[in-house]
Formats: sequence, structure tokens, C-alpha cells
Amino acid sequence: MTTAHPHSAIDAVWRIESARIIAGLTRIVRDVGLAEELAQDALVAALEQWPESGIPDNPGAWLMATAKHRAIDMFRRNKLLERKHEELGRELKTQQESAVADFDIANDDDIGDDLLRLVFISCHPVLSTEARVALTLRLLGGLTTEEIARAFLVPEPTVAQRIVRAKRTLTEAHVPFEVPRGPELAGRLSSVLEVIYLVFNEGYSATAGDDWMRPALCEDALRLGRILAELAPNEPEVHGLVALMEIQASRAHARTGPAGEPILLLEQDRGRWDHMLIRRGLAALERAEELGGALGPYALQAAIAACHARAGTAAETDWKRIAALYDVLSRLMPSPVVELNRAVAVAMAFGPAAGLELADALASEPSLKAYHLLPSVRADFLLKLGRLTEARAEFERAASLTRNARERELLLNRAGACAAQARPQ
Amino acid sequence: MRFMVIIKADKKSEAGILPTQETKKTFAAMGKFNEQLAKAGVMLAGEGLQPSSKGKRVRFSGQQRTVIDGPFSEAKEVVGGFAILEFKSKEEAIEGALQFMELHRKFWPGWEGETEVRQVLGPEAFAPEA
Repeated sequence: MTTAHPHSAIDAVWRIESARIIAGLTRIVRDVGLAEELAQDALVAALEQWPESGIPDNPGAWLMATAKHRAIDMFRRNKLLERKHEELGRELKTQQESAVADFDIANDDDIGDDLLRLVFISCHPVLSTEARVALTLRLLGGLTTEEIARAFLVPEPTVAQRIVRAKRTLTEAHVPFEVPRGPELAGRLSSVLEVIYLVFNEGYSATAGDDWMRPALCEDALRLGRILAELAPNEPEVHGLVALMEIQASRAHARTGPAGEPILLLEQDRGRWDHMLIRRGLAALERAEELGGALGPYALQAAIAACHARAGTAAETDWKRIAALYDVLSRLMPSPVVELNRAVAVAMAFGPAAGLELADALASEPSLKAYHLLPSVRADFLLKLGRLTEARAEFERAASLTRNARERELLLNRAGACAAQARPQ
Repeated sequence: MRFMVIIKADKKSEAGILPTQETKKTFAAMGKFNEQLAKAGVMLAGEGLQPSSKGKRVRFSGQQRTVIDGPFSEAKEVVGGFAILEFKSKEEAIEGALQFMELHRKFWPGWEGETEVRQVLGPEAFAPEA
């Protein structure tokens, strides 16, 4: 029988177990920074001992027990200090007693609750968005500082500092280790979902040929989303977000051609879509809708993605439904980008003239001034309407705005085609 | 990377004592079992199978087509269940398989058996080893 290389096996154990260990420890020591240090200490002990002793039967329990012993040692040391600093000591003593009691009562359900608390603390509004992302990937995703740095294309010390500062901020703000209740829950939950979707998009927008860590972020985000859906099964928007991510991820392998060139949704080979992810995405969407969350922003975006996923060919796409969904979405969260997407759907459903009318209304939108997709979408409508000279000018304008070389080439080709078509025979 | 973890049947599952026994207790254990797997966020799909005595083997050989009734003799070669799981590395998949088996033992004391861990053929399989 062969066993895996101990170090990579330990890495694997860590990635799978670390979140639960840190969550359990945080409940005991009531400080997420301290909990992570204790867990890291246990990991160091594993790296020292396992190569010799072999990996224990239940490595997660071993790491947890080791970390708890360190916690007890620390409380004892602090208790000695107590004699010298009595006022501080009393608090520590109560902490120690409750810690010892906590050791015995933890069971599987508590672990789930602890994990959920850890999710909420990592995405706490007292932290900046970058700090939330870094801390979530570190504490819940089990990623190393180096991996996070590579994924977000920032220097490692920057990420390390973000994490250190985030942990200090949480300690100083006395952020409680709890699942928010009542009116607070909605806002806190949307902060969690935002962090997960941000991680997903960071991976999804990366193109082929990049460092493999970036696309892997999609998997990390999906895993976090799926865990959250199990921990908070009655929150419709959690399922909405999972549905959106599953369906988007299902197209990952069809989005780029052999040379890394982007392939637009309607031109993708649907046989390359991942049907297992589509099925999961549709099931998650159904769950969100059953829970009364059909009109949540994530569920709506998932419903739009689902229209594409359900269509066997591009021609079968239900554009009327997509246009209607964008209509609801644009009222719920008005944004020029959503409006532009709506224009595309309306054009597909009701003809280019109707789409152009919506796109033209965006012409004065300052946030879209340098956005190449606006002239590109307009050009497409104009071309379909036979207004070739205008279409050509818009394709050229779009080409001058895009930063992607392949896209520029494509747009200039289309401009050229307009010119050729306009030329009298 | 996507993996299929194939659980080989053991004597009990072949005898129909395990998941097919329609007692509330077993179903509750199955539910809890699936819930715990799902909580790890790595399981895409998974099912336990009925004993091979209720299964068939369909064989193509030359011009011949044969349908063979179960049970199949070598329990070790019979699939008892499967899971499709998403991991970052082979090491993680093996660790995941160990946990998967630990869970079997937790919910069905005395369970013993073997799993096969196989990477699903996908675009990643053609990428250079990380």
C-alpha cells in the first residue's frame, strides 16, 4: 500500500479541516486572531510529527485536540499571571472555566453553527471589502497568504498585512462571535454574499493562460457558497447566489477557444457546458424560488442565466422571458450595465429598433463613457437595421475603447465588414 | 478537479441490510450522512445503490448480447455507491475519501470496505501537472 507524500497530505487535511478547527477554537477563546494562531500552532506540530508517526486516523480531531491543549496551556499561563494581575485574572478564569466546559459539549451541530459564525465574522462590515475577502479565503477557504496574493495579483506582504489588521480590528471592535438575528441579519448576509460573489468573479473574469490560481477562485467561491447553503438552508438569496455561480461556472470550459480567445455566450459549443453544474444550479434556483426569493437580486440573475442554460441551442433561447427578468432586475437594482443588458435582450425579443431605443437612452450615461460594450451593442443594432455607416463608426469607436487586443481585432473586422457591405457594387 | 469515489459493496450492503433496509433509523442516518457531506461543500452528487441481487449486467461480446441477473459473486468487485466530489488535488481527494469512509463507519458501525478514487476526465486532465 502506498501513501501520499506527507506534506501534500497535510496540506490537504488542512484545507479540508482548518475552517472547522478555527471556528471551534474561536467559540472557545472568543478571538478569531488567537484561534487562528492556535490552529497554526497545531499545524506546525502536525508538520513536525506526522512525517514520523504517520497521519493519524482522524487528522481533524488530532489537530483540534492539539490546538485545544495549547489553548488550555495558555489559559493556565494566564491564570498564573492572574495572581499578579488580579483584576485581569478574574475574567480569564471565567473564560477558562467556560472553555473547559465547552470542550465537552461540542457536537456536529455546534460545528455547523460555529462555521456560520465564522463566516459572519470574516465578512463583518467593520472590515473593508478587501479585508473581508482576504480573511474569508484565509479562514474559511483554507488558502495561504501566498495563494491569496497570487490570486488577486497583489504582493504577499500586502495580503499578510490586510489579514493581521483585519484580525486586530475585529478584536478591538469586540465583534461578537454570533450569527446575527432579526433585522440585522439581512444586511450582514448580503455582505457575506457580496464577498463570495466577488471572489467568484475575480476568478471568472480571468482569461485562460493566466496563473491557475485565478480560475481556482471560482471553485473556492462555489465551495463557500455550497457550505453556506447547507448552514443557512432557509435563506433564499444564498440559494440564488449558488444557482448563479453554478450556472456561470458550467460554461467555464466553453468560454475560450483553443488559443485563449473569448467565445461569446451565443456562439459557445453547448455540448461543452457542464451539465452536472447546470442541474445543480437549476435545483438551487428552484429552492430559492420555493423559499419565496424569486425576486432577490441573485435569484433574478440566476433566473436569467437559467434561461440560457435551458436552451438546447442559441436559437431556442427564451428572450422574452430574459427581457422581462431584466426589466424586474433593472427596477430592483438600477444600473447602466443592467440597462444595457436589458437592451440586448429586448432587441433579441422584439427587434433591433426597440433595443436601440434603450441603448440610445444610455448615451449620456457618464459611467459608460469609456465602456466599449455600449458602442459595440449599438453597432450591432445599427447593422441589423441596415444603417451601415453608423454601425461602422460605432464598431470603430468600440475598438478604440477596449483594452483587450483580441476583442479590438474582432471589432475592427466587423467595422471592415460594414464598410465592405456599404460599398456600392 | 472532479473525482468519482466508488464505494465497493461489503457483505452487509450486498445482503440488503444497509441502505435498503427500510427502517426510519437507516433513512435518518442516510439523511444525516448526506447532510454532512454536503456541508463540506465538495459533493456534487452521490447515491447508495441497491444490492447487486436486484441488478443486472448487460454484456456485448462480438455479436452476442447477454443480460446476466445479479447477485454478482465477488462482493469486492461490486459497486455499492458512488459520489462525485470536487477537490483541488489528488491528495485532497484521498483525504476526502478517508473522511467519506469515516462517515460510513460513524453512521453504520462495523462498516468496512474499500473505495476507489478516480479522477473524472475533464479539461484539467490535459493541463500540465501543477
